[in-house]
Amino acid sequence: MSADVQPSAVSPASRVLRNLLRSRELAVLIVIVVLVAVTTIKNDAFLFGSTGWRDLLLTPSMLVLLAVGQTCVLVTRNVDLSVGSTLGLTAYLTGRLFIDTNLPIVLVVLAGVLMGAALGLVNGVLVAWGRVPALVITLGTMYIYRGAFLTWAGSDRINSSDMPGAFKDLGTESILGIPVLTIVAVLVLALVGYYLRTARGGRELYAIGSDPDAAELYGLKVSRRILAAFVLSGALAGLAGVVSAARFGTVSSSVGTGVEFEAVGAAVIGGVAIFGGSGTVWGAALGAFLLVTINRALPVLGISDFWQQAVVGALIVGAIILDRFLVSRQEKALVAARDTGPGSTSPGAPALAPVVPSTSGSSPESSPESSPESRPESSTESEEVTR
Amino acid sequence: MAQALQAGTVLELADVSKSFGAVVALRSSSLTVEAGSIHALIGENGAGKSTLIKIVAGVHRRDAGTFRFQGQDVDFTSTSESKAAGIAVIYQEPTLFPDLSVTENIFMGRQPVGRGRRIDYTAMYAEAEALFTRLGVYIDPRRPARGLSIADQQIIEIAKAISLDAALLIMDEPTAALSGVEVERLFAVARSLRDEGRGLVFISHRFEEVFDLCDTVTVMRDGSYVSTKKIADTDVDSLVAEMVGREVSELFPKTPAEIGEVVLDVQGLTTAGVFHDVSFQVRAGEIVGLAGLVGAGRSEIARAVFGVDRYDAGSVQLLGESVPARNPRAAIKAGMAFVPEDRRKQGLVTEESVARNVAGVIRHGLTTAGLLTGRAENRAAGPWAGRLEVKTNALDMHATTMSGGNQQKVVIAKWLATEPKLLIIDEPTRGIDVGTKSEVHRLLSDLAGQGLAILMISSELPEVLGMADRVLVVCEGRITADIDRADATPENVMRAATNAANPAASKEVVA
Repeated sequence: MSADVQPSAVSPASRVLRNLLRSRELAVLIVIVVLVAVTTIKNDAFLFGSTGWRDLLLTPSMLVLLAVGQTCVLVTRNVDLSVGSTLGLTAYLTGRLFIDTNLPIVLVVLAGVLMGAALGLVNGVLVAWGRVPALVITLGTMYIYRGAFLTWAGSDRINSSDMPGAFKDLGTESILGIPVLTIVAVLVLALVGYYLRTARGGRELYAIGSDPDAAELYGLKVSRRILAAFVLSGALAGLAGVVSAARFGTVSSSVGTGVEFEAVGAAVIGGVAIFGGSGTVWGAALGAFLLVTINRALPVLGISDFWQQAVVGALIVGAIILDRFLVSRQEKALVAARDTGPGSTSPGAPALAPVVPSTSGSSPESSPESSPESRPESSTESEEVTR
Repeated sequence: MAQALQAGTVLELADVSKSFGAVVALRSSSLTVEAGSIHALIGENGAGKSTLIKIVAGVHRRDAGTFRFQGQDVDFTSTSESKAAGIAVIYQEPTLFPDLSVTENIFMGRQPVGRGRRIDYTAMYAEAEALFTRLGVYIDPRRPARGLSIADQQIIEIAKAISLDAALLIMDEPTAALSGVEVERLFAVARSLRDEGRGLVFISHRFEEVFDLCDTVTVMRDGSYVSTKKIADTDVDSLVAEMVGREVSELFPKTPAEIGEVVLDVQGLTTAGVFHDVSFQVRAGEIVGLAGLVGAGRSEIARAVFGVDRYDAGSVQLLGESVPARNPRAAIKAGMAFVPEDRRKQGLVTEESVARNVAGVIRHGLTTAGLLTGRAENRAAGPWAGRLEVKTNALDMHATTMSGGNQQKVVIAKWLATEPKLLIIDEPTRGIDVGTKSEVHRLLSDLAGQGLAILMISSELPEVLGMADRVLVVCEGRITADIDRADATPENVMRAATNAANPAASKEVVA
């Protein structure tokens, strides 16, 4: 019998190791390590410079937050293109609250997250109950939110001097050598990753993306789960907006433009299936890390600006082609396994049964009187051989 | 999770009706299931069995009638409600999440949770293994559902239903894809569930299984209740008479046609995991029926012949000329026409007019200086629609507003406009009401009489037996029988389709 249908005889430890070695997460991590190593050899300030280590960890934190939120939406076979505009709006809101009110920093951060969640709620309601494809809905809200932002901000911009020093320090301070914002991003990542892996609600997100019709038949609360995914994506985009304000100290009306595509790209590079059902936030976060780090490393390596976008694009296309290839190869292997090994159930290769007219007149095999014992003996025989 | 099991009547349905648009699926159907009993529900394809159980499962809502579960009036609006009430359903076609492990598929939405509502994977895998042991199968609980055979998928469905610990378990043809050994195991489990005092409903086309397993039987026909009897008080012949209720020949008027030269010649067609070494011929004026169970690979064979799907080995020839693989355009050019199973999705542009639809395939021949005019389309479509008696007021009526039967005629008209030599038609009368069915049948018969070769896939046994000059039976991706019209009976076709009369096969595999 083929290994795929046997109860697994391998020990849990070796199974975990095997899964790890095959995982996309490890592959992306290796690429990151190689990239950082090569860049550091070329110019050791990349890692060991006065701000090298800090920037390496700090720069991706905003995109990590967005990629985590995007993953939750992508696994349900939806997409959220409005996160860039949401990020811009909440970043501006953060600045305005500091200028117009005397709210403590904690409440301002909370307000940004809640604002993002509210914008995500709008997306979720339209997608889950409007039954309109998320691509169209969030493309629309992307423009609407951006438009609202431009109307609100006008030619105004938030400057560094508008925000309290304690808030801006969040963008530069470190604890034990790790930037605060990176710690925030990793905490969020861990929480969401844990939820997706070990909570019923998290697993249902995957189920919904894997087959929405089957999810309905299972009696899963599809609309509610999709709504929750959009709210989470919006809330994390809101948090990313606050992070952006703290990190850069200024908010202009173009902040967050195009970042939604980076978030989708990061998730895809990290192995999240664009058609839902598979992928982890760990992979998406690593994808975000790789995307940001490549953009910073290429100039160091002497590759011209013009090529940077193309490299990122090639990475995304390569990741998608690799996914398609792996899925179809796995599917083929599993399907072909049914032919070769007698699986648990395949009756195998029946010979062409000659149908002679004489048998056609006979009555069906079992008459009402037949007891279970008088079933065709062949079944018990083959059962013995199987054992 | 265990629900208190009550003695007495578990399920009571009376005079339930349901329509989907113009098609009446259920007229007046009734079903009463006692606790501690296995109740067979039988009837032809299209008799309304699946619709009835979907009402019980909460997928559809009834239009009228009584629906009681465990003595209380219920009206389920979703599957989660029926599940919570204690009803488990195994659907005919498995519905699994391909990306998730088989264990997650079984427990989705009700996984065992430990501290902090955290899913207890260890307990979940252990429970899945225990379920598989109870069912006597070996499936790695951690493998993904992707790539499972239909039979294995069905096992997962059964495991899921058993784990629900339901008071009522409904099985819609659970054995269709199972081999003898697995059927025995399933029956053993079903009997033990019955002895625990649960009610079971078992839908099957195999009489031997019905008589082996069940104690009561209800017959349905054309969406209506016919009778309920104790199994001990009835026999196969009287059940068949009640199921059919009419002579087969009345419904399916295939007139003898002159059989001509070989039109389609398929040799050794193989796609790994789907079908194997498929060889057959179709002659001019002949209707060849491709019979078999759902999932046996019939549609896949047809799609490969027409060039929609790829195949690994084999050849397809039309009138002696070989037809290239994976090229439907070349197949159409060579003289093939293909009416797919799902006409709404694959055969019609439902938002377009009848004329547009009919003229769709021959568009290139109708253009004047590269432009396509509505007048040219109407001119081309008129005769065909007229000939097929498509009942539409005008050719510019939208296809979406027509009945299933008329839609099917439009699809056929569309293909006839290409003047094909071979017509492949997949489930020609699915979803068409009984009255219009015979019109479609008469049409196919006429076309064969005019020398068209027809390859007809059908899951309705009477249709195959009534229409086909020759019946090819497909089982698990192989042609297991080639039966002439004169020799074809429901029994020998069914036997070849289920491979029941071939015990040697299961021995070969394990040897």
